[in-house]
Amino acid sequence: MIAAAALAAPAIAAGAPHPAPQTTVNAIEAEVMCPICGTLLELAESPQAKREKVFVAKLVAEGKSKAEVKDALVAQYGPSVLALPKASGFDLSAYLVPILALAIAVVVLAFSVRRWRRSGRANEPSAQDAAASAPQGEDAERLEADLSRYDL
Amino acid sequence: MSARSLLAFLAVLAVIGLLAFGLLSKGETKIAVGDPVPDKVLPALPGPGQGSIAKYRGSWVLVNLWASWCVPCRQEAPVLQRFYERNRQNETTVLGINVQDNEDDARAFLREHPTGYPQLRSVGDERSAAFGSTGVPENFLVEPDGDLALIWRGPVDDQFLRERVAPLIKGS
Repeated sequence: MIAAAALAAPAIAAGAPHPAPQTTVNAIEAEVMCPICGTLLELAESPQAKREKVFVAKLVAEGKSKAEVKDALVAQYGPSVLALPKASGFDLSAYLVPILALAIAVVVLAFSVRRWRRSGRANEPSAQDAAASAPQGEDAERLEADLSRYDL
Repeated sequence: MSARSLLAFLAVLAVIGLLAFGLLSKGETKIAVGDPVPDKVLPALPGPGQGSIAKYRGSWVLVNLWASWCVPCRQEAPVLQRFYERNRQNETTVLGINVQDNEDDARAFLREHPTGYPQLRSVGDERSAAFGSTGVPENFLVEPDGDLALIWRGPVDDQFLRERVAPLIKGS
């Protein structure tokens, strides 16, 4: 009993045990912004960024998951803290341009395939063309003789 | 016009339209002297409760946007406190709005630099955008009717308050 109490003493003295971290400070800092600097937090060294890093480190040490840390950052600093463009104003083009480009690419591809198939059909030799282009007379005999030499 | 030309034309048109839309909608909030002050009900700092600029309608309000990490804000806080104490009897107040910050740091700042004037907190920092803020500190003098009388995007000192702000209040 005394031994058990002795073992428990340091834990009690240290207060509540720290939960195991679910993510790392580096992982968060690579995915969120310093809103004032307009750069990724991991690249920012401004006074605001330094305080934001302290805030992130505190939450990570408390055992918060990456999603929980990001939610807390948004609650404190606003949605611009996420490294995602806003879905309004000029930043909206970051979402619209890829969709527009994809739609244009699909249409261009569909037109190209149709044209390619049509031209492929137009260039296909007819039976008459095949007959006309087949070797005639002496050439036909020589071709026959050559081919027969390779017959097994 | 061939189908290919039509497609190219539409694609170019779409890109131009998108850019034009972006440029037109990009404009950050512009506020000018004479405009109504941007206002919103915000949580009080350190709390509890909430407040807004409109609550002080009928008084002059010097709105101060600040953040705990901002060194000039630290130097400005006692200046604003002195201005508040000198003018509080003249239907004039100072209203601090904490922006670009986290709440723990903001509270720590106020413990270190206690102010007698009211403080609000812009959660999620949307007040910076509303004021067209480019940094902190920034100061906005609001007339008793809620219009902006002065916009000062930088720290204030005693001389500035005496020479630029006080005459506006006294001249009303």
